[in-house]
Amino acid sequence: MELLRIQQIEKYYGSKSSLTKALDDLSFTVEEGEFVAIMGASGSGKTTLLNCISTIDRVTAGHIFLENTDITLLRGKALNRFRREKLGFIFQDFNLLDTLTAYENISLALSIQNAKNIDESVNTVAKQLGITDVLHKYPYQMSGGQKQRVASARAIVTSPRIILADEPTGALDSKSARLLLERFRYLNIEHNATIMMVTHDSFTASYAGRVLFIKDGRLFNQITRGTDTRKQFFDKIIDVVTLLGGGE
Amino acid sequence: MMLFRLSLRNLRRCIRDYAIYFFTLLIGVSIFYVFNAVNTQTAMVVIEDRSITKLLETSMSSVSVFVAFVLGLLIVYASRFLMKRRNREFALYLLLGMSKGKISVLLFFETLFIGIGSLAAGLVAGIGLSQLMSALVVNLFEADMTSYHFIISTEAIGKTILNFGIMYLVVMICNGFMIGKCKLIDLLQSEKKTEKLHLKNMLFCTLLFFLAAFGLGYAYYQVCYSQSELTQEKFVGMTALGAVSTFVLFWSVSGLLMRIVSGIKALYFHKLNVFTIRQIGSRINTMVFSMTVICLMLFVTICALLGCFSIRNSLNKNLDDMCPVDVELTYYRVDEAENRNGTGLIEDARARGWDIPAAFADYTKLHCYRSEDFTFGDFFAESGSLDEVMDKYLFLDYSTLEDVFPVSEYNALMQLYGREQIELDEGEYVIIGNFDSMMKVRDMRLAYDTKMTIFGHELHSKYPECRDGFVELSVQPLNVGIFIVPDSVVEGQMPQTEYVFGNYPDGNKQEKIKSEKQFLADYTAFSEELNHISINSRQDMANASIGLGAIVAFIGLYIGLVFLVACGAILALKQLSETADSIRHYEMLRKIGVEERDISRSLFCQTGIFFLLPMLLAALHSYFGMKFAMIFLEMFGTSGIGQSMLTVGLLILLIYGGYFLVTYLCSKSMIREQK
Repeated sequence: MELLRIQQIEKYYGSKSSLTKALDDLSFTVEEGEFVAIMGASGSGKTTLLNCISTIDRVTAGHIFLENTDITLLRGKALNRFRREKLGFIFQDFNLLDTLTAYENISLALSIQNAKNIDESVNTVAKQLGITDVLHKYPYQMSGGQKQRVASARAIVTSPRIILADEPTGALDSKSARLLLERFRYLNIEHNATIMMVTHDSFTASYAGRVLFIKDGRLFNQITRGTDTRKQFFDKIIDVVTLLGGGE
Repeated sequence: MMLFRLSLRNLRRCIRDYAIYFFTLLIGVSIFYVFNAVNTQTAMVVIEDRSITKLLETSMSSVSVFVAFVLGLLIVYASRFLMKRRNREFALYLLLGMSKGKISVLLFFETLFIGIGSLAAGLVAGIGLSQLMSALVVNLFEADMTSYHFIISTEAIGKTILNFGIMYLVVMICNGFMIGKCKLIDLLQSEKKTEKLHLKNMLFCTLLFFLAAFGLGYAYYQVCYSQSELTQEKFVGMTALGAVSTFVLFWSVSGLLMRIVSGIKALYFHKLNVFTIRQIGSRINTMVFSMTVICLMLFVTICALLGCFSIRNSLNKNLDDMCPVDVELTYYRVDEAENRNGTGLIEDARARGWDIPAAFADYTKLHCYRSEDFTFGDFFAESGSLDEVMDKYLFLDYSTLEDVFPVSEYNALMQLYGREQIELDEGEYVIIGNFDSMMKVRDMRLAYDTKMTIFGHELHSKYPECRDGFVELSVQPLNVGIFIVPDSVVEGQMPQTEYVFGNYPDGNKQEKIKSEKQFLADYTAFSEELNHISINSRQDMANASIGLGAIVAFIGLYIGLVFLVACGAILALKQLSETADSIRHYEMLRKIGVEERDISRSLFCQTGIFFLLPMLLAALHSYFGMKFAMIFLEMFGTSGIGQSMLTVGLLILLIYGGYFLVTYLCSKSMIREQK
């Protein structure tokens, strides 16, 4: 079933004299339960794309449909509701509130929704992401990998329709990164979570089921994992990146 | 409930950022309380003249409106400033789906907590401080301490809560407004935006620097050295020129400083200087505007404090110099029809049963003569200088009749005063006065020509200029010039006014007060019947003068303190936030092995320069500002200026220096904790 449809979106920055086309007539769809990675060089527009989908930024033209709702038209209460209920967002630099413990950080997303059974939900996701031990700790008492998993727990605890991650492994060492990505894959396969992840790292992208390559704001190429092993998929990604990366 | 808890948590975390804010609010609240409670504090000291306390109360409450406005601006500014530092936090709330309304509620709670906390703490501090103020009041009104007791003014508390409540409400509305119009993408990226550091063109900077220096110099010169040509429009223009020049000066200095210091390699590459200067340079660019505002505010502060203190000091000193006798009676003879046939006040009084001389140990009489043919304008007209003077001094009243006194009576009075007497030959006259700017105008006339026709006699001034002196009792040097002439000149003329000056029998203060009470009782009983009589007493003037001095001192202190606190707070907030942004730099310095001592020194330099720069220019402004203000201070006398400068200097050192120290220590602990 189609979950997300990006339809001819464009995004311009700057003034008339120096116009930058960050996104240029971009279209694609994401099925429910897919794990999609978006790759591209710096400045290719991948983060802008994610920002537009997550309603952080607005498109200049085009439409984005999530479950047949055009989110580019959302305003005010409907927009808050959309962010609250349909989106989970994971940042490169975690964005945890350092006044709150891990548990409280995760529960905040639920209490904003006035959800019930907060305790049960928090403990469940904590188990899924392997952070039960650090729930009572404050962010500054945790390692980078732990912080990112807490941030991820906060993003998924509300059971959003789609999880958006912007360079989630960017600030992590390779072991923590692998651990996080395995959790993503687990959530994707076991819980049918739809994940869309922006990365410039081929290894990170190789955990996804499909990789979209963006260059100069346009869709350059896309490959699907199919029945490949992760290693094989990784090699394929490297090939495209080599092809793509002339300019980098 | 969750929002409530979250806001409490936030406050606890931001305690360092908010410490200066809270501290400033606390000082603001306590100053506000202290000065509004001042009339309650004065009420307990026994002051003869109740109208003084009434005047004190009125002036305090009107100044308070202005003060509340200034404090309100400061609070709004400070809270907005702190809000900006939390942009990413707000972005996260929004992204988690919190509505803007809820974020506003969150901020509402935060402001509420801070407001209640600062109000409570400030009021406690204020009540404590106002007891100290009582001691000052007792000192100012020269009352005794025995009647002192602990006082809390509920009225002042109510006023403080009301005023600050309104200010906090405005802050809440501003915060809500700010949240309402912000965009998520901007919030999220706010910290990623790096400050653009565009090096300024050296030549352009130098040019501007000299232009600004010239602008300031010109404004100073116009205001201080060519006052005679100064019109109100011109004065406003010069003030504006000064303000603009201040801004341009800071702007150009920010560019020059970097270039010059980096040009001197030995200095630039010494220890941490590279880092320190770069830090300062990067900030001065963005701080030019606030520095200008702070510099101008400090200027107002210094002038207000200096002016008020010197007025107070002079008033008290003048009393001794210019009220050398206990009482002065003035008897007007306004109407020819009422002419008492040449008899004087003493005779008229005696005829009605009031023996004036009996009240005095010694006394003397003085008659003043005036004529329609001898006006202020005539004084200039005779020398032909009237047109020139009228061109320069538009606002003088040229139709005022000049006062003429016979020299023998004048000398008798001077003997009573214990002041220098004058000797006059026939055909001579002397002009006596002590209002300096008027004396200058008269001197101009004398420089033209010393000849003067008075009551048909042609006379020459004995001296080429006016002499210092006065006849009427006063606490201010307001004698605009009187003529002392040989007795023969006024012979046959009808005196217009008669003065009787007298001293009560010697005694201590209590006895003198008793004498005065007795005399005043007689005066009240007979004055109606005598008509056209007025009284001036030294004690009366002392009370009024001390009261006036106290009010002026209070107002100056009030405005000065508030402005000083505002300046300190703005600088402190800016400096602290800069430090917070540069924490990574200090960590890096430590990593490459820079000693803690050098880091502290660099921090000290940075903080010091930011506090010093506006103060230096403000001091320069104040020097010329005070020079200008002397024109107005002149009427109070300017003798107390030295002592005032000392007091004001100490006060500024205490508060401004205090803010500097707190800022430095806070910054230091900030970069240390992050280890």
